[in-house]
Amino acid sequence: MTSRVRVEAQINGDPVEFLCEPYQSLLEVLRDVLGLTGTKEGCSNGNCGACNVLLDGVLVNSCLVLAPEVHGHEVTTIEGIAGSDGLHPIQRAFLDHAALQCGICTPGFIVAARALLDRTPHPTEQQVRHWLAGNLCRCTGYDKIVRAVLAAADTMETAR
Amino acid sequence: MQAFDYVRAASVEDAVARLAASGGQAYVLSGGTDLIVQLREGRRSARVVVDVKGLPEFGDLSYDPDMGLLIGAATPCWRIAADAAIASAFPGLVEAISLIGGVQIQGRASIGGNLCNASPAADSIPALIVHAAVCEIAGPSGRRSLPVEEFCIAPGRTALQPGELLVRVFVPPPAQHSGAAYLRFIPRNEMDIAVVGAGAAVTLDSHGERFVAARIALGAVAPTPLYVAEAGAALAGQPVSPDTIAEAARLAREAARPIDDLRGTAAQRRHLSGVLVRRALERAVERARAR
Repeated sequence: MTSRVRVEAQINGDPVEFLCEPYQSLLEVLRDVLGLTGTKEGCSNGNCGACNVLLDGVLVNSCLVLAPEVHGHEVTTIEGIAGSDGLHPIQRAFLDHAALQCGICTPGFIVAARALLDRTPHPTEQQVRHWLAGNLCRCTGYDKIVRAVLAAADTMETAR
Repeated sequence: MQAFDYVRAASVEDAVARLAASGGQAYVLSGGTDLIVQLREGRRSARVVVDVKGLPEFGDLSYDPDMGLLIGAATPCWRIAADAAIASAFPGLVEAISLIGGVQIQGRASIGGNLCNASPAADSIPALIVHAAVCEIAGPSGRRSLPVEEFCIAPGRTALQPGELLVRVFVPPPAQHSGAAYLRFIPRNEMDIAVVGAGAAVTLDSHGERFVAARIALGAVAPTPLYVAEAGAALAGQPVSPDTIAEAARLAREAARPIDDLRGTAAQRRHLSGVLVRRALERAVERARAR
């Protein structure tokens, strides 16, 4: 018998406390315990990027993190990307460029793009494609996604 | 997911005690990019995972040109690759770890995990071998060191004894006039597992004309990452020339013991072994001359 674990973490800026099974993934807890269903489950083996979140600012697959591991750490999910004044420029650019169809991969792409633009505000197209290689989309076909990320970088530059 | 307990190791001794008491049912957790998938898919079964990321030694990353490089077993790849001094001193190693998975995997995956997972196709291991890395292992009877080429003993199996765990990897400082490279063949551009990987490290004389020493290693062509000592030894004292490089590549090709599988045929892998070793040597020589 395993015993449940109490975890305290900062999620999207808020202190959060939850109980979970020791073997539950961060992805499961975000969705099923905390009701943060923006993060999607795709492959659950680290290939598709649909479950991307930031853990202490570092891009990770939440399906490959055990929930107890985030005790004392900071998690940012797609729900934490938009500011109080509306959509984040990356989200706006995805809409403007029709960079989504079914939408399942979209939160993962947006979180990944945010991690890229945080560290590389002016990426080349090649840098965007390289960075997003760990995110799979089965309907849009990547070009619109790449253009949306490049456009968001321009918008964010103008806003600075 | 199978049910198991999660504990944070309080110290290296605590981790050793938990591993020793588990009867093989405990796994060390660092980045989890292999372990969690294997537990979820039932390829390994655990009663407990022991998280070592909170232990200071496991997150070590320090480089000194005289002392060398110390990498904690749980240090994520992105931290190693982001360090400009390390990238310049150990280009072969950084080339290899930068190929492991995408950005999300780099955020968690560690070379300690790459070693302990003991995949024959692990990218970091041939690079660690050519850089002459040494594993620092803790266990019930204290610490011991093991050359990295002796760490993997079979697919998915390591030289770790019951109760032992990998704490750090030490990479000696690069010699003067030395250079290294790691190359991998995959059928796509990103996010794939090696059909063949090849690492080479060379030390040249002060004119850059003659090999003083060389180390060559291959991945994905044998049950474990393969140190091809004879290919490196054949270069020692020889002039840097297409002929000597071709001879080392031939020895590496002959040492390869590949199999047919979904990623490639044995014949293709044997051929690739020679090609990649030649190119890795050429690149390592270029880097040694530029240093």
